[in-house]
Amino acid sequence: MSDNRQNLIDAVFAELKAKGETALIPFMTMGDPDLAASVELVKAAEAAGASMIELGVPYSDPLADGPVIQRASERALRNRISLLDCMKVAPEARKQGVKLPFILFTYFNPVLQLGLETFFELMKQHDFSGAIIPDLPLEEDGEVRDIAERTGIHLIPLVAPTSEARVERIASRARGFVYCVSSLGVTGVRSSFHEGLDAFLATVRRAASVPICVGFGVSSREQAESLADKCDGVIVGSAIVRKVEESLPLLQDEDEARRSEGLAAVQAFIADLKPRAVRA
Amino acid sequence: MTQSIQSQVPDSYGRFGPFGGRYVPETLMNALLELEEAYNRYKDDPDFLAEIRYLLKQYAGRPSPLYYAERLTKHLGGAKIYLKREDLNHTGSHKINNAIGQAVLAKRMGKTKVIAETGAGQHGVASATVAALLGLECKVFMGEEDTKRQQLNVFRMKLLGSEVIPVTSGSRTLKDACNETLRYWVSHVDDTYYILGSVTGPHPYPMMVRDFQRIIGVETKEQILEAEGRLPDVIVAAVGGGSNAMGIFHDFIPDASVRLIGVEAAGRGVDTEQHAATMTKGRPGVFQGSMSYVLQDEGGQVLEAHSISAGLDYPGIGPEHSYLKDTKRAEYVPATDREALDALKLLSVQEGIIPALESSHAIAHAIKLAPTLPKDTLLVISLSGRGDKDVEAIMPYFEGDAQ
Repeated sequence: MSDNRQNLIDAVFAELKAKGETALIPFMTMGDPDLAASVELVKAAEAAGASMIELGVPYSDPLADGPVIQRASERALRNRISLLDCMKVAPEARKQGVKLPFILFTYFNPVLQLGLETFFELMKQHDFSGAIIPDLPLEEDGEVRDIAERTGIHLIPLVAPTSEARVERIASRARGFVYCVSSLGVTGVRSSFHEGLDAFLATVRRAASVPICVGFGVSSREQAESLADKCDGVIVGSAIVRKVEESLPLLQDEDEARRSEGLAAVQAFIADLKPRAVRA
Repeated sequence: MTQSIQSQVPDSYGRFGPFGGRYVPETLMNALLELEEAYNRYKDDPDFLAEIRYLLKQYAGRPSPLYYAERLTKHLGGAKIYLKREDLNHTGSHKINNAIGQAVLAKRMGKTKVIAETGAGQHGVASATVAALLGLECKVFMGEEDTKRQQLNVFRMKLLGSEVIPVTSGSRTLKDACNETLRYWVSHVDDTYYILGSVTGPHPYPMMVRDFQRIIGVETKEQILEAEGRLPDVIVAAVGGGSNAMGIFHDFIPDASVRLIGVEAAGRGVDTEQHAATMTKGRPGVFQGSMSYVLQDEGGQVLEAHSISAGLDYPGIGPEHSYLKDTKRAEYVPATDREALDALKLLSVQEGIIPALESSHAIAHAIKLAPTLPKDTLLVISLSGRGDKDVEAIMPYFEGDAQ
């Protein structure tokens, strides 16, 4: 890496490892309901005990996402939220005291239209530590990976239970962490994970030199805890986005006290997801 | 130019120059690799090809005629016009060519269920038909908006034993039906085969669908040589995703003297916001699994398209078309809703053939072009589908003059 400073994601995982804790990584769609609320929600996530946070860029055609995140994207896009708008949430939250690492989750086309070099330069300027681009499999990510490496932004890859022979290639070049997809399908709440999950995670663990985290369908503390000793972090998206959706009337209220009530509800929900420290 | 030029695209990553590729979530990669491997295994297998050939001939009714449209030719007073009659295929459009090919492949792969997306319903009907023929369980995803525009086709699919799933996300049209089919496929890759209906999507679909559709051009070449003793000068075909155009163009790509023209839907006009003129108004981007021209806003959000024809109402286009455009091997021009309706009317009156609204866009351009060309020019129009499905939807436009 050409950047001399340690990437914040690495620093946080090192710290968690020392404490025997599992990372909790919430995902939120930016601009749902508006950008000011997104800044407040990021602060609430940190206060709830999040270890790092995924800022989701709304997209017109979110292929990897289920109905909950699709709806959030549609709401945000009605406000014409752009990739650049989403990026601005990070420095604003930082200014207001947030310390955790920021990861941007975006589909590839908005990145491509901005220009790859410009995108990563802006990522750095806006204090992001990592990027997840779900529709950029390893066959297509060459140029992006080179630029990410050069700018010191971790390009975090997805790996699926069906990746099989690809696990080794994906995990061995991962930066930041490996995002393990818990089960087949799109993002969203589900009651059970892929039956071969344990074996799959063990395979990823063997191939990876960075932490491994599990996402897609994690929606409760029980699920988070059942995963806690098999991985280094759990990613919770749809369940939180749905909580935000339920709280929209409060979050959009003109009365500040009501808005605070909405934020508190989301914060309590995230706090309840945090797995207890189980790793010795 | 020779055969080797064609075999250069796509490369092993599914690239047609800078276009194509495979931009999908990792959860789909294995299914696409499995499909690519199966297709490569069977595409030159004599038994596989014989089964497809048999069904195309005995079941779908191929070869489709290349018909000299004498009255239309005289009416327009220029180029000699031939119609490649894909509307005479079983199920009424070129879509059956690809559906047969992919369903036979699905069977070889041991899949028992198939899924498909559909816009106008032509590909949905073709998929439902081959699913019935081959004993496969079939689900068709269709934008809710389109299920209303094309009620007759919804009923046909159900009659054929398929389930039609209305898609309520996004713009509720073809693009969202494609998204939803891909999402469903991710969760059911083990036993389900996705019959994608156009030369779009991630590799290997653009290549594979082209290969199953290229019979249109292969037959056209044989037929025109027999009728005229020489190659045509111009071929005109409508493009939405672009499968009938790719099908009729492909065998002629090495024949540099043959002008290839794709006609896209200009809706209410390319200077309005209501069109589907991807080549005229779009720019390269990644959409539904491949790099190609896309209708998008400044920030890369994909725009909703508009066309009177549900089959062309799509903000993307197959990557090989983008390649043909940028290498200047093919031209792409727009035709409006109104021009398509006028063309539909003209062909009905002059030739007794009611074309599909999609195909009417190709005719609309031929109407503009033919009178400017010398009488010894040979112009072939891909008449990709018949218009029965559209008559109800277009009635309001012709009220008064049809009685």
